[in-house]
Amino acid sequence: MASIGTGYDLSVTTFSPDGRVFQIEYAAKAVDNSGTVIGIKCKDGIVMGVEKLITSKMMLPGSNRRIHSVHRHSGMAVAGLAADGRQIVARAKAEAANYESTYGEAIPIKELTERVASYVHLCTLYWWLRPFGCGVILGGYDRDGPQLYMIEPSGISYRYFGAAIGKGKQAAKTEIEKLKLSEMTCREGVLEIAKIIYRVHDEAKDKAFELEMSWVCDESKRRHEKVPEELLVEAKAAAVAALEEMDAD
Amino acid sequence: MDLNAPHSMGTTIIGVTYDGGVVLGADSRTSTGMYVANRASDKITQLTDNVYICRSGSAADSQIVSDYVRYFLHQHTIQLGQPATVKVAANLVRLLSYNNKNMLQTGIIVGGWDKYEGGKIYGIPLGGTILEQPFAIGGSGSSYLYGFFDQAWKEGMSKDEAEQLVVKAVSLAIARDGASGGVVRTVIINSDGVTRNFYPSDKLQLWHEELEPQNSLLDILSAASPEPMNI
Repeated sequence: MASIGTGYDLSVTTFSPDGRVFQIEYAAKAVDNSGTVIGIKCKDGIVMGVEKLITSKMMLPGSNRRIHSVHRHSGMAVAGLAADGRQIVARAKAEAANYESTYGEAIPIKELTERVASYVHLCTLYWWLRPFGCGVILGGYDRDGPQLYMIEPSGISYRYFGAAIGKGKQAAKTEIEKLKLSEMTCREGVLEIAKIIYRVHDEAKDKAFELEMSWVCDESKRRHEKVPEELLVEAKAAAVAALEEMDAD
Repeated sequence: MDLNAPHSMGTTIIGVTYDGGVVLGADSRTSTGMYVANRASDKITQLTDNVYICRSGSAADSQIVSDYVRYFLHQHTIQLGQPATVKVAANLVRLLSYNNKNMLQTGIIVGGWDKYEGGKIYGIPLGGTILEQPFAIGGSGSSYLYGFFDQAWKEGMSKDEAEQLVVKAVSLAIARDGASGGVVRTVIINSDGVTRNFYPSDKLQLWHEELEPQNSLLDILSAASPEPMNI
């Protein structure tokens, strides 16, 4: 991105002459610098995967989770500033719990997304708050079927078949577009996501990474859970094999 | 006679599910002590296009509760972008009934149809319990119907069977309960929409020891051959 704000970028309550709010765009850059996060909607559920970049060799595997359950039926994968992400997840959990105590049923995913997006947007309206420096992929399975949404730091949210944010999002989106999602089951989806994450990982720039995956599908009884261990191992192995095969050409 | 006594709906109210929807039924008597303040009241009230409630107990309390729930449901429908489910409507009624239990005296039956669960009935008696049931009865007249429903209710009735069951039941309760009377109103809710029906007292079957309705004695006197009274 070439343009500099020069004076119009000091506050989130300032527009530039060409109608942009630079602070929000800078917040989006924080997301672009984080590890890749991918979500896809398969025919029987949602699969989400995160390229969790490991900053220290002494970090325990499985710690620093980037995917969180929001409710029984939904989960969020976070890219960008991790602490900001924690706030968004906390808010989503509160909204889901509050909806259920008022209306007596699990919050529809669309409603949850709108509430979270409203909250993210709220923080772009006041000069004493800064925008959230993270993007979120929200996947859930309610009575209207599996749904996938993405919420950006600007507060925009759209519904997707496949979404990617973070460093490798361009490459990941290209790969996702090649997939036939409507015919794919979540089991197959897990393998595909693992392959994509391994492929978009840049060995040169970033050192190690840990693959974190979750799903919510018919097989998981419509509950958002970590992908089962054996399937994760199988997915990692398949991804590594696919990478070697590609390199071998 | 205290005409300033609170209006109470002695009442018989019923909600029954059938294969494809629900039938709600009620009598039409609102009493102020011994005086019948309204002999043709409508105790089946609309909350949304697809959810109705039967009100019993204090008329004022049940009206206020239904007004609040209608308002909340309207907002909820706008936010959700689609019709509210019966479960949500029932839950909102329950929250008001429970949280204000010290001040309210109203028993409510919530019934309706939505595309996810089909026809559903929820009974919300005095303290604010919520119970999803295949059929629910309420009001003072319902005491006389527990045994009747034990025998007459069955799963998977058709729409006409269900409505006839409801009309028969309300009519039986009216015969025995002094605080229930007037006409029988029914509301049928299913995927096709809502149908309201009305059964005036003379259309109802006569039960044990009930007499034929008599017109004024004057009619008898001026008739050609006066009919002796049936005993």
